[in-house]
Formats: sequence, structure tokens, C-alpha cells
Amino acid sequence: MIMGIDRGAVAVWRRNADVFFKTWRTNFLPSVFEPLLYLVAMGLGFGGLVAGLTYAGQPIEYIRFLAPGLISISAMYGGFFECTYGSFVRMHYQKTFDAIVATPVSLEDVIVGEIMWGASKSFINSTIVLTVITLMGWFLFPAIQFTSLTILLVPPLTFMAGLMFASIAMIFTALVPNIDSFNYPFFLLITPMFLFGGTFFPISQLGAAEPLAYILPLTHTSLLIRDMSLGLLGPIDGLAMIYVIIMTIAATYLAVRMMKKRLTK
Amino acid sequence: MAPVVVARDLVKRYEDLTAVDRISFDINQGEIFGFLGPNGAGKSTAIRMIQCVSPVTSGKLEVLGMDVRERPREIKARLGVAPQDNNLDPDFNVIQNLTSYARYFGIPKAQAARRAEELLEFMQLSEKRDVMIENLSGGMKRRLIVARALINDPDLIILDEPTTGLDPQARHLIWERVRQLKREGRTIILTTHYMDEAEQLCDRLVIMERGKFLVEGEPKRLIADVVGDCVMEVIETDGDEAERYLRSLGQQVERSADRLYVYSKDCRTINQEFRRLHPEIYSVIRPATLEDVFLRLTGRRLKE
Repeated sequence: MIMGIDRGAVAVWRRNADVFFKTWRTNFLPSVFEPLLYLVAMGLGFGGLVAGLTYAGQPIEYIRFLAPGLISISAMYGGFFECTYGSFVRMHYQKTFDAIVATPVSLEDVIVGEIMWGASKSFINSTIVLTVITLMGWFLFPAIQFTSLTILLVPPLTFMAGLMFASIAMIFTALVPNIDSFNYPFFLLITPMFLFGGTFFPISQLGAAEPLAYILPLTHTSLLIRDMSLGLLGPIDGLAMIYVIIMTIAATYLAVRMMKKRLTK
Repeated sequence: MAPVVVARDLVKRYEDLTAVDRISFDINQGEIFGFLGPNGAGKSTAIRMIQCVSPVTSGKLEVLGMDVRERPREIKARLGVAPQDNNLDPDFNVIQNLTSYARYFGIPKAQAARRAEELLEFMQLSEKRDVMIENLSGGMKRRLIVARALINDPDLIILDEPTTGLDPQARHLIWERVRQLKREGRTIILTTHYMDEAEQLCDRLVIMERGKFLVEGEPKRLIADVVGDCVMEVIETDGDEAERYLRSLGQQVERSADRLYVYSKDCRTINQEFRRLHPEIYSVIRPATLEDVFLRLTGRRLKE
């Protein structure tokens, strides 16, 4: 299967990037404002009520705990949105995939190119969020401040996480009968992750249910991004990394297989 | 010179349907080859197999000397496809549709830009260069799809219903361009529902029904063999007197609502006699066309 993929995937990626950067102004705005709103509402408003929070055995201010969570969420949404709604529109309504597979580019290339683009959306969104948070850390919330090393290393991590979320999204795109059906994965998978994936509170708060949280892809993402951001990398992050890699490979393989089944007639 | 497409006992089977049922044909270098047939006859399926996007169930299929199962990428690199459905990229304008498509073929940027401008000129779209796809008329979209199919300078061009829904001017422009492409030595596969189009353009054609070929050959030859050189049409609004008379002559008569068609080598004499006997009934002699061939072979009833 991997043999079927070559520079065609890059051409597919380029197509999506070209379209995105044609309208980059409108595309960038939500990524800038959402984290601002969350930081103020949750970090300042809600975080003021939180006292005595500890993470990795150390006391931590709530807003400092929250900030990497927001970056993780943006990585999840970036790739997942792009490879559900975005890919489905291109596949189903615009017939873009049909047009492309009439050229030397294979369907495998198209799927891999779409997943790479989904990951790029994660990277772009998360990097904007990271930038906004860093600036706010400098000017408003000294508790957040990340080191310059983490600022450099977090973006590649969000790209990796993006590959995972984009490939999972592509499985749903291969499955759904129509665009409204994406409500199911969003309601059953994305929203629970958004809330319970180590984003707004440490998963240790879940008590007996804590191991369940480790099933969720976002838990591993937020663990990696938080520990990287806060300089707390440990052995558990190695496991999280392995989880992300295995999940990405498995989901990509499945997505390509299911897409071929859906689109080859 | 070896044929551009060679098919032997080609089959495409879906779970509950055999869309293409053991067809064999050769398409030669430099000819325009037509696939005709009612909707659902298997034309598009056959074409999709040649295009290497629909897997062959069984049989042999070689395109440009290569097996479609083994070398789809190389075949597709030398193919130009203008599909039936509009799948132009709505996120791009006219020129970007061509340049972004060139990238899928790995054509270098400068060369792609030059070729794209030439093709816009060729299809008379230069004025629409920077227009978004949604603002093009149906005819312009078809022309752009044909232009896009030529971006890689293909040896084999597949035109799937290139003129459906177009006004006469737009159709004639496309016909003119198709002839020009043929003069350049390219091989062209064409499907169409317009028999006049097939008669005008195709060197050879097949008429398909239920996955099989009903006939294969040159349009003029097919008309002569299947219908003869002329057709007599009779309009009989009441009763069946004319029909009974014509049948009593032992002629092949078909009825479609109030219209009778007599296919015979002697239709001129038959008509003279008929006019003498039934001066009150309207009848006329006209040259036979490919449409007569098509309707004789596939019937006048709706297929769907």
C-alpha cells in the first residue's frame, strides 16, 4: 500500500494549501480569537476559583495548566475538522478526488495528501494559539511563560498529533453516508475528548475512571504538549509518543483501505 | 502500428450486475472511436476501465501497450480525460484549474503556465482566464474541462459526453476542436447521446446494450447495413390501415405513437405506391441516419 504513494500526495497537499492561503485572513481569525476568549474566561475567570492544583507532583497555577490544554485542543480540531467536513466536501460535493485520480496521482496519494494537509491545519492553528498564549504570557499572565525551547518544539508535536487526528477523521469520512452524519463522531468522540482529555483539569481528578481517559487520543496529545511546554518530560511521555505513532499508522492504513472501498467502483 | 487500446473478453461485474459482458475491440492510432448506447448500457464502465480507475473483473485490457492492472500510473500520465460530470475545482479560477491540474502530472511550473495559456486560447476561454468556476456558463465549463484534459499533451483523449447540454455554437466549437486534435494524430474515445455528433465525428463506433456490443463499424457502413439508404416515415393519427397495408407488403415497419417507420431498400417505390393508394395520409422519404440504426437496434421504448 505504501508503495502506491509518491509525490502525488505532495501535489494534493499543495492544492489544499493554495486554497487555504488564498483566503488566509478569514482562516486565521478564529484561531487567534478562540484561545484569547478561552484564556480569559477559563484561565482568569474560572481559574481564580481554583486553589491548590497540583500536576506531576508539583503545585501549578490553573492558567499555566490550562494553556497547553488549549494548544492540544486546537491541534485536535484543526486536523479533525479538515479531514471530516473539508475532505468530505472535496470528495462528495466538489468531486475533486475523482478529478485527481484521473491523473497519475493514485487514490492512496489523495488520502495521504489530505491527511498531511489536515496535520498542517493542526500545525497552523496550534502555532497561532501558541503564539497568542506566549504573547499573553509576556504581557498579561506571567504564570504561563514557556521557555524558548518549548516554543520551538511544541509546533512539530502538534503536527504529529495532527496526523493522528486527521487520519482518524478520514476513517469517518470514508464511512458516513452524508455530511450531517459527522455529528456522531463530534458528539461521541470529539466532545468527550475536549472535556476529558486532560484539557481543563488533570485526568487524576477522574478517580477510578482515570485509566479510561488513556484510551482517548487527546489525552496522549495533551500529556505530550503539556509536559513539553512545562519542561516536565518523563517516561510516560515516551509511551504517549508510541501511542500517537501506532494510532496514526493504524488509522491511516484503515482510512486508505476504507476509502478505496468507498470510491473504487 | 499497434492499436492504442486492445480489449479481449473484457468483463466488469458488480455484485448483482454485469455492466460489461465479454467485449473485445481494438482502437487504432489516430482514430475517433465512439461508444454509443442507452443509459446504463456499460459505456461509462468500459471507459472507466480504460482510464484505470475502475478495476477489471476479467479479460485483457491494454492501453498504449500497457496492462491497465500493472501500469496504471504510466497509462494515466499519457491520457487526457474530460469526464461527463463537471468536476472542475470550484476553489480555483479558470487558469488555476489548469495549472493546479498540471501539478498532478508533475509538469514543471513554467511549462504548465505556458501550456495553460495556450489551451485557454485553443478553447476560446482566454477572456475568462481569471473568472471563478461558479461564474462560468455550462458551455464554458465544458470547454474548460476539455482544455484541462489536454494539459499533459495526451496521446489518448477520452471525451465522455463532451457536448451534453450545450447550445449549437458551443457544440460546433467542440466538434471543430475534436477534429483538430485528430489531425494532430491523437487517438480519441468519445461517448455521446447525439447520433448526429457520432455520425459526424466517429471513424468507427460501437453501439452497446446491457454490457454487450450490438454492432461495431464505420457510421456510413452501419447505416447502409442496418437500415439501408433511406427511411419512409408515415404519420397515421387514426386507425391502423396504413400500418396493415405496409406490413402486407412484407416490409419492416416500426410504430412509435402516431408515426410509422419503414426500413427498406425500395422505400422510394413503396412510397410512390402508398401515395397513390392513400393520398390523404402524410408520408415522406428521408435519408437514413445513425439515429435510425440506434433506434432499430435498441428499440424506441424508454430504457429507464
